[in-house]
Amino acid sequence: MPYRTDLVYRYDGTLDGFFCCVYHCVSLRELPCAIESLDSPQETLFPVREIETQEELARRVEASIRKKISQEAYCLVRDAFLSILEEKERKLLRFLLWGYREGARVMNMLADKRIHELSQAVLHARHEAHLFTGFLRFSDYDGFLIARITPKNSVLPLIAPHFCERFSGENFMIWDQTHKLGLLHEKDGEYRFFQADEMELLSPDEKELQCRALWKKFYETIAIEGRKNPRLRSTHMPKRYWQDMTEFQK
Amino acid sequence: MDLLEKLEILTDAAKYDVACTSSGTDRSGQKGKLGSAVSCGICHSFSADGRCISLLKVLMSNDCAFDCRYCVNRRKNEVRRATFTPEELVSLTIDFYRRNYIEGLFLSSAVVKNADYTSERMLKVLELLREREGFRGYIHVKAIPGADAALTQRLGLYADRMSVNIELPSEKSLSLLAPQKSKEKILSPMAQIRDGIQEHSAAMVKYRHAPHFVPAGQSTQMIVGATPETDRKILMLTQGLYRKYALKRVFFSAYLPVVNDRNLPAKNTPVPLLREHRLYQADWLLRYYGFRAEEILEENAPDFDPLLDPKCNWAVRHMDQFPVEVNRAPYEMLLRVPGIGVKSARRIMVARKQSSLDFDALKKLGVVLKRARFFLLCRGKSISPLPMDHPAVIAGAISERGGLSGAQLEIPEQLSLFSPTKEDQIKCLTGQI
Repeated sequence: MPYRTDLVYRYDGTLDGFFCCVYHCVSLRELPCAIESLDSPQETLFPVREIETQEELARRVEASIRKKISQEAYCLVRDAFLSILEEKERKLLRFLLWGYREGARVMNMLADKRIHELSQAVLHARHEAHLFTGFLRFSDYDGFLIARITPKNSVLPLIAPHFCERFSGENFMIWDQTHKLGLLHEKDGEYRFFQADEMELLSPDEKELQCRALWKKFYETIAIEGRKNPRLRSTHMPKRYWQDMTEFQK
Repeated sequence: MDLLEKLEILTDAAKYDVACTSSGTDRSGQKGKLGSAVSCGICHSFSADGRCISLLKVLMSNDCAFDCRYCVNRRKNEVRRATFTPEELVSLTIDFYRRNYIEGLFLSSAVVKNADYTSERMLKVLELLREREGFRGYIHVKAIPGADAALTQRLGLYADRMSVNIELPSEKSLSLLAPQKSKEKILSPMAQIRDGIQEHSAAMVKYRHAPHFVPAGQSTQMIVGATPETDRKILMLTQGLYRKYALKRVFFSAYLPVVNDRNLPAKNTPVPLLREHRLYQADWLLRYYGFRAEEILEENAPDFDPLLDPKCNWAVRHMDQFPVEVNRAPYEMLLRVPGIGVKSARRIMVARKQSSLDFDALKKLGVVLKRARFFLLCRGKSISPLPMDHPAVIAGAISERGGLSGAQLEIPEQLSLFSPTKEDQIKCLTGQI
């Protein structure tokens, strides 16, 4: 029996929601021509199936990826879901159906389009996450550390373990301006994510201002005048990262 | 003097040190303590010259007791002097680290009073950071030649990386330009650190809680272009250092003319940035690509080709070994193909087990076909647009000339050369310890 393709899936935009889409695709033998998030505008003329997110189904799909493909494949899917790949849901679905059929070997077929596109997107997301482990800047508000980032990919879940480990004794918060997602870590405690559309900051105190001034002075002084090379700097640290970095604030 | 001014003076005096890497140690965080280290290292910013800023790189003091005439910090030179107190350095490091400005501290110093006193003060900083503050970030510290071996030993127990600058590529140059320094004085702490690392890693096999000694290894740096050594000589020395002293990295710094001295290049000599760049390329070939220095530069051509990177250069001199079949060639041979790097070679090894590869697949795996096409066969076919039996023709096709004018050829693509300002020419250190 061929897959039915003349319909569109809509889901809540979470990874678990996507896993439920996968479940319904397989069990109903449907290959939707688009899988959209519920908050994207509905423009299609095809019939729409709204997928309800069910924890139990999501766990079953998650386990099936680990079992029928591999743990590596699960990580790829999880991280690709955070990336800015266009039509990522459809591409992930295509990869999963292929993986269910072929097994673990798909992870080694690096030149195949079905995995190549995904691994490029994941590479991009993980690379951006790595850059943010360096470029992210905290400000100290009376012992509470706050940082704002503006990434392309949704890197917060990728960088959270790094910062929570490094600053385990600190209360801190990181807010992703692009995806309106926040991370809150409590001193010697757990961390959690939250949604926030806005974040307002108090004005920095004396000590914080002095620290910023010292850092700016260091940043300016460490460059060797005779080897000035703005292009090389922009290659390593593209200008879009500068907006949230202390050394470039006025 | 306020902290801001001190920081300015002591950063300015430290900026010519090349190394700013924070790699080589994996140290997880500990509940309630500040910091961790990741083995790949993290760049926290890039300065206007395009170099990575990873560590707070400062001198503890520029108030030097020595009077080396090539050095900006020499006693008789009139510059602003400053010295950090250990407490100042500790709070700077912690304040910067908490805000994620830096990955850790890179501490070096001029010789205050004598080598032992200097080492003791540096040791104090490290001790406060590690013991009192529980700091688990990265620390790179310079060993001061001439200091008591016990002090160097104790520094090594707190630091992640240590370095001793070898300064110049030969003993003759060293005695000519830095008569106060001798080969023995430089090499003896280097050997001590090497032995310390070996001893402690042997102990760690036996005892789980054996102390770590310089876990990220040691590095060194030398000045290129101040003295007449050939590239081959420098590269052989580099290889020797890797083998004999088990160094993690050798850094090169292109010489910026400082003073008029009959033993040094004239002041208007351009900075040999391309040469520095080629040395780093060759250094990579030594460390990751399985090349030997003797292969990269042969005796009859002891200097680098300005137009051809060392790997391409080797390949066109050995056209008899090419082309190689991508689907069968051993890993070591793939690594020698221009346009294939370590990552793409590994990907080829994985992917070709699943299905035979064509040129389109190679592109997806990250191979730079612009260069690699002259040296590869896929399923027995070549896509080289040129005859393979004329190395000179191929050299022309893969050289870095592509559309650049003669003047631009002085520099590699990602570096741009502005003539050094007067301030820098004067201030440039030919290497400080």
